[in-house]
Amino acid sequence: MNSTARIATIFRREFAAYFTSPLAGIFLVIYLFMSAVLTFQMGGLYERGQADLRPFFQVQPWLDLFLVPALSMRLWAEDRRTGTIELLLTLPFSVRDLVLGKFLAAWAFACVALALTAPLWITVAWLGSPDHGSILVGYIASALMAGTFLAIGAFLSAFTKNQVIAFVLSGVACFLLMVIGFPMLLDFVSGWLPRTAVEAIAAMSVLTHFESMMRGVLDGRDVLYFVSVSAAFLFLNGIVVEWKKAE
Amino acid sequence: MKELIAARGLRKSFGSFEAVRGIDLIVPAGQVLGFLGPNGAGKSTTMRMLTGFLEPTAGTVTLDGIALADAPIAAKRTFGYLPEGAPAYGDMRVEEFLNFVARARGYVGADARSRVDRSIERLHLEPYRRQLVDTLSKGYKRRTGLAQAILHDPPILVLDEPTDGLDPNQKHEVRELIRRLGDDRAVVLSTHILEEVEAVCTRAVIINEGRVVFDGTPKALDAKAPANITSNRLDHVFRMLTTSDIGGAPRTKAASR
Repeated sequence: MNSTARIATIFRREFAAYFTSPLAGIFLVIYLFMSAVLTFQMGGLYERGQADLRPFFQVQPWLDLFLVPALSMRLWAEDRRTGTIELLLTLPFSVRDLVLGKFLAAWAFACVALALTAPLWITVAWLGSPDHGSILVGYIASALMAGTFLAIGAFLSAFTKNQVIAFVLSGVACFLLMVIGFPMLLDFVSGWLPRTAVEAIAAMSVLTHFESMMRGVLDGRDVLYFVSVSAAFLFLNGIVVEWKKAE
Repeated sequence: MKELIAARGLRKSFGSFEAVRGIDLIVPAGQVLGFLGPNGAGKSTTMRMLTGFLEPTAGTVTLDGIALADAPIAAKRTFGYLPEGAPAYGDMRVEEFLNFVARARGYVGADARSRVDRSIERLHLEPYRRQLVDTLSKGYKRRTGLAQAILHDPPILVLDEPTDGLDPNQKHEVRELIRRLGDDRAVVLSTHILEEVEAVCTRAVIINEGRVVFDGTPKALDAKAPANITSNRLDHVFRMLTTSDIGGAPRTKAASR
């Protein structure tokens, strides 16, 4: 059996696991409800008088902050708590197969949630004539950002047997990765840090790249940022699994 | 005879604590090896090294001719393993869980179904196949773990306390199964129950503080007890070999596991 088939086996198990508990349903309902409420109420989708989904994409990072850790928290912590990690690692899987299979299952679930917001897109398309290209880029950016947060959450989930701890750690880590791009914070440090350092900090922030993509331009550098940060955390995830497995 | 399991010079340290201090285990086909020792002697740690869950600090493991360190995935196909506590996915039904293991072992479609069916039949799990693993009693959970381990008919079986939590009837059945499987396979099983060694094993290995203190047939183990001991002779030998109170190896440090 090749690596793709092994990853697919893990993927199927992990994706199905979301639906065996009420977690998936609760997640979807909260995500869709909050997306709609924030988009219409806070974002003022109608009042802006513009046919686009900017208010919707603007709230995505904040929704992800709470909802993505809920998807990633169980990925490793649950296997470590119940001891199934020992089963997984003694079946003919490599750590890489497990890391990728679990991550892809969580990411696929997040993408399904995102896809279920399509009625918003249909709504603005019906009301006006939005720039479909930039909406598509917005969706791609949202999916990439969710993937990056999931990779971070999966990595942190491997450290603990406790899902609640994994949830909190992931939420905090994702929050930090966002706020380092805040103009307020950047203005504050720019007083005593060299310009290049400030730019380097801003370039590390999820928000910088997400907002750049929200302008509707698919820039290779932004995509590279999300892909490389995700890849780095998945790589570290494998190391932590090996390191912590027997504890 | 073919060496199915060949572990040489196994050592494992956790920080400054050395749990396994140089164990050699060569197991040919047709042997059922009972692995004994007090809690914390290093039984589970040794089995975890045999199955590749833990990397040994020193030493090598070769399974059916495949070096575990060189080709871990190929080596992991050669054995079935029941880890300590028989972990299984609680949110899956018995047949779903076995189906997952079948897929992990490379079986798909009708092949996977027949493997799962056969395993369920061998462990008498038929009435429970649609039940969630989390709702099974301890004995049936253990059987599910065994069903998972024998699903691909491996030449090697490593079973950590396979009869723990089973009632006497279930114990009897599982021992019969292990004895049958042991005819043409290499089986390593750990246990706390000394009669089990007499009942199913062709070889007994006792370890204490990470070292082998006895390696021989169950009969030879029995012969070590003084003639004046008439009941629980194996228990007596076990204590002799693993404690200092009746003249055996001195016990210096109680391990945590």
